[in-house]
Amino acid sequence: MLPLVLNAVCYAVNGRAIIERVSVEIGAGPRTIILGPNGAGKSVLMRMCHGLLQPSAGKITWHGGNGNRRGRQSMVFQRPVMLRRSALANVVYGLKLAGFAARECNLRARDVLEAVGLERQADRPARTLSGGEQQRLALARAWALGPEVLFLDEPTANLDPGSTRDVESIIAAIHATGTKIIMSTHNLGQARRLGDEILFLSQGKLVERAPVDAFFKKPATVEAAAFLKEELPWN
Amino acid sequence: MELGTLRKIVLRFLFLPIAISMAPAASAQTFITVASTTSTEQSGLFRHILPRFKRKTGIEVRVVALGTGQALDMGRRGDADVVFVHAKSAEEKFVAEGHGVKRLPVMYNDFVLIGPKADPAKIAGSKDTLEALRRIRAAAAPFVSRGDRSGTHSAELALWKQAGIDPATNKGPWYRDTGQGMGPALNSASSMNAYILSDRGTWISFKNRGNLTILVAGDRRLFNQYGVILVNPAKHKHVKKEPGQAFIDWLVSPEGQKAIAEYSIGGERLFFPNAGQEGA
Amino acid sequence: MNDLTLAFGEAFALISGLDARLIEIVVLSLQVSVMAVAIAAIVGLPLGALFAVAHFRGRQAVIVLLNALMGLPPVVVGLSVYLLLSRAGPLGPLGILFTPTAMIIAQVILITPIIAALSRQSIEDAWHEYEEQLRSLGANRLRASVTLLWDTRFSLVTILLAGFGRAAAEVGAVMIVGGNIDGVTRVMTTAIALETSKGDLPLALGLGIILVGLVLTLNAAANLIKEAALRRYG
Repeated sequence: MLPLVLNAVCYAVNGRAIIERVSVEIGAGPRTIILGPNGAGKSVLMRMCHGLLQPSAGKITWHGGNGNRRGRQSMVFQRPVMLRRSALANVVYGLKLAGFAARECNLRARDVLEAVGLERQADRPARTLSGGEQQRLALARAWALGPEVLFLDEPTANLDPGSTRDVESIIAAIHATGTKIIMSTHNLGQARRLGDEILFLSQGKLVERAPVDAFFKKPATVEAAAFLKEELPWN
Repeated sequence: MELGTLRKIVLRFLFLPIAISMAPAASAQTFITVASTTSTEQSGLFRHILPRFKRKTGIEVRVVALGTGQALDMGRRGDADVVFVHAKSAEEKFVAEGHGVKRLPVMYNDFVLIGPKADPAKIAGSKDTLEALRRIRAAAAPFVSRGDRSGTHSAELALWKQAGIDPATNKGPWYRDTGQGMGPALNSASSMNAYILSDRGTWISFKNRGNLTILVAGDRRLFNQYGVILVNPAKHKHVKKEPGQAFIDWLVSPEGQKAIAEYSIGGERLFFPNAGQEGA
Repeated sequence: MNDLTLAFGEAFALISGLDARLIEIVVLSLQVSVMAVAIAAIVGLPLGALFAVAHFRGRQAVIVLLNALMGLPPVVVGLSVYLLLSRAGPLGPLGILFTPTAMIIAQVILITPIIAALSRQSIEDAWHEYEEQLRSLGANRLRASVTLLWDTRFSLVTILLAGFGRAAAEVGAVMIVGGNIDGVTRVMTTAIALETSKGDLPLALGLGIILVGLVLTLNAAANLIKEAALRRYG
């Protein structure tokens, strides 16, 4: 599926531009972090790449056309949304949708729950789990599909440090199995810990792209430098 | 709730009504639909005589009780097999229109003129209904009318006409046209302390009398004749001709007439069988 | 106040005496209304789910119409169904006028809009919460509506109860299409109407107390189940 190519992609609502002429090619391999202050348009950009939103202008193409993207790329949101059924059933739901056979669904689901440390909560109602457990469950649900690309939209923004650590180690594990990670965050420490390259977004524009070390040591643009100094004006 | 338990409960509850709904079609039970009046049903007569008919013939009689006008309309639409009401001229018209085969007199009950014990129009004990009505009009005493095209309503209007009064033009606050059945109209009269014309049967069973009592009765003009008619199977092909006719035959037979005569409330006879009476 | 006391006395006497006619009337009332709710649910829930997630031209107009139909006067429905089922009407040959089937049909017409409109609202609210996630997982609108129907099942129980309450409480429709035939189509509401018109107010009120008691009990039981399930499933 990769590389993912964005060509002059725009997104506007009621005349207001949220994403302005973003062109970028995201290839396989490095963990890509979309970094930027609140309101920069990170979430909108991710949703367009995932396919939940249509760009108002420009084109988004995956290598090999659009095709059946079901299960080949998944997304984990800031707030996990679980169905009123058991944790296991939630994972199975995604697998069934992706077309896996019934017995395989169950096996894969149990495997992935074990991988994220939720094997003992498998039969508990998903909505009674804690915030951190639900986010791990969301990761499990996305991972079970065996995606080529995993989008994560500020996955730890609502979690306490302990859960954040758990989630980050799961993301690392997912990457280790060969899945491309594209994650947005406004947490500098997290970007540094988890990222290989940075796409820096500011006011809807892709301002800078650099490997993580270079970006943090010596940002090339004024906006990036200001953000790192946490002096970026809010607007 | 688990899907399995839910399914079991739903199935258990659904099967029963389906079976019940299908029952009329599935059972071999013969039944006829008789359109009659609310006052007849409320008198309790049917509960007394219908079981006897069923025991003898095995035919179930289903009575739909409406006002006389509605009952005859039901016959015109073919929704009933037999019509059993108490409005001679309307019934004869029904037969003349071709909707009914033949009208047979069955029984009569009487109307009574009811009013408050205080009796502002001073009609108590009179045997002249027309004079009583004139006095009510003169006193402008409150009078409740059913106003619903029923047999009782027709009888009331006929009496006003004979007394030389036209309630339509004379309508004042004294004449209250309520558009209700006999029971509700009595309820209204009771709460208004008004005069009202009622059939004796409904009055005897009526429990909310308040200050009301019978003031005028026994006048021949107050007799209320019942007739029974088979809905014309030539016009309505599906009419249950044989069981319907069987019911009519039974009503006018000595056995049926005896059953009617035996019905009483609190020792008082309500209906007087007169099948075969000339001019009834 | 005296009538009210008499009414409670009558109600108690009827219930404790297990009067056969009363039982027959109560059972028929339940059968008719439960069956009507079941059919209305089968029709109305999918409709509600469909209108909640689908987008089509005139959607707003349809929703307004559906909401308005919740207020259909029972007596109007009764009259319309009567004219349909009468021998003089188009469906006359079916011969189902004055049967429990006719009463069920009338009540289905009455409560399907209620179930469809209320479930539409409930599921649309859920859709706002679930939409992104479900679409992300690859669910199309049809699949999503089925998923939402199951996920909102506890709210839907309340909606079904509302439908049942409306059905069990109405008298206008079942009176006209059923004919209030003794032993055949007499239900609680029509029996109450009859006793009232006979002037037997304590008995009518007594029957009314039983009817209200029944509906209350059903609601309480369903609520208990719902609360327990909600606690378990979150």
